Amino acid sequence: MSLAETEGTAPVQAGQAAQAAGEAKMTARDANVYYGDAQALKHVDLDIGTNEVTSLIGPSGCGKSTFLRCLNRMNDVIDGCRVKGDIRLDEEDIYHPSLDVVQLRARVGMVFQKPNPFPKSIYENIVYGPRIHGMVHNKGDMDEIVESSLRRAGLWEEAKDRLEQPGTGLSGGQQQRLCIARAIAVNPEVILMDEPCSALDPIATSRIEELIDELRQNFTIVIVTHSMQQAARVSQRTAFFHLGILVEVGPTEEIFTNPKDKRTQDYITGRFG
Amino acid sequence: MTRQSIGMFSNQGEMPSSDHIVTSFDQEITSLNEMIARMGGQVEAGFAGAIEALTKRNSEIATRTIARDVEVDQLEEAINDAVINMLVRRQPMADDLRFVFSSLKIAGDLERIGDHAKNIAKRSITLNNLPRIEPVGSVPRMGRAVQRRIKDVLDAFNERNATKALAVWESDPEIDNMYNSLFRETLTYMAEDPRSITGCTHLLFIAKNIERIGDHATNIAEVAYFLITGEKIEGGRPRGDLDETSSYTTPTERTDAKA
Repeated sequence: MSLAETEGTAPVQAGQAAQAAGEAKMTARDANVYYGDAQALKHVDLDIGTNEVTSLIGPSGCGKSTFLRCLNRMNDVIDGCRVKGDIRLDEEDIYHPSLDVVQLRARVGMVFQKPNPFPKSIYENIVYGPRIHGMVHNKGDMDEIVESSLRRAGLWEEAKDRLEQPGTGLSGGQQQRLCIARAIAVNPEVILMDEPCSALDPIATSRIEELIDELRQNFTIVIVTHSMQQAARVSQRTAFFHLGILVEVGPTEEIFTNPKDKRTQDYITGRFG
Repeated sequence: MTRQSIGMFSNQGEMPSSDHIVTSFDQEITSLNEMIARMGGQVEAGFAGAIEALTKRNSEIATRTIARDVEVDQLEEAINDAVINMLVRRQPMADDLRFVFSSLKIAGDLERIGDHAKNIAKRSITLNNLPRIEPVGSVPRMGRAVQRRIKDVLDAFNERNATKALAVWESDPEIDNMYNSLFRETLTYMAEDPRSITGCTHLLFIAKNIERIGDHATNIAEVAYFLITGEKIEGGRPRGDLDETSSYTTPTERTDAKA
């Protein structure tokens, strides 16, 4: 990525400009994941809509996190994990041998369950990514990216006077927003979130959910959550996984008022045995 | 983006299942179902009593019917409380959400039906103290038709039978037509014998009350259909008051329309 492309805070990126909201940003076709001999994900076909929040729900071990990690090849780092199938970002095969995984993860960022800031200053947490991707070249660039990222993550007012203090000194909710700021600092197109609020209190959770809704304007978001209320609150589309199978996907409101599959209904109404 | 559904599953005709992980939630659902059934029964009996009080010119039945409405109102309160409690504590989803929402709506419609029945009973006491007027004879027929609709729609709800709910919904124009003809009959009667105006006016209000009860049965049919299928009934409500026989049309307009 050239310097010219990253200058300024214009939120729209080249890859996204071509798509209207709701059109597929990422596609999975016949996605299968194996951990050794065990198949964790079976024949999943799923589209991730541009500038939409897609939530993945299902009981533990259903394959939703496994699917999420397929989208930026985080499964590559797990021993014995094999991914088969066709997964594309802007129609480009992300498992193609010539694809640069580091570049892919800059385009498809990730936020984890537990806030995991680097044991460095708030400032360093933000500039780390842009620096290794060669997006910043001087103090001015870095200051700008720190401010814009923290602003977009809703953390600027709270953090601007303590940028040199360790990120780990922030509260849990602030740390998670710092992790989101760190993820958006490299200007990704897609943000994957793996239960981003499960370690947070209700107020911090509301802040993150509000943030997710704002970020949707500029990013495509996929979120794994165990809270069905959260899925109902933040997402436009919901996908229900069970035993490694994608059981049902549809507009969030429909999934929660009128699911078409009995397994979805049993899960969301609390009837699973 | 179109909906993808991979499973084979139909909501049609399903009773609320009793296998939630949290068994106290099942008990709350069962109890709410029973309250609706009881309220429905009370309202049916109240309306039947009101019609009987009118046709048999029996003010005692009317008084009993008026008293009965208190219990209907109490049941509505109890249902409202139960629904709020379940929304707060259970955050119901899917068919549970539809059931809780439907219960609230149906209780509201039943309460209105109860009020209309009470009004009919009150007016019947007044009518019983006046000389008998002829158009009263048409009221029981209309009353019976509406009673049947209430029974059918409550059955549709209890049995989770969408076809039955739809049949009730489609039959509303029949009631509208009966009302319109009763309206005209009463007007003619009043024109012929001004001494009958007091009684006939009360009777018209009674007919309007019955017609409104029919509308509430239609509301319940819509809610029951949504509960059962998760879908809204397609298309606009069938209506019997849009043509030239409507009570909204004046005789001049009717003549103009024919000319």
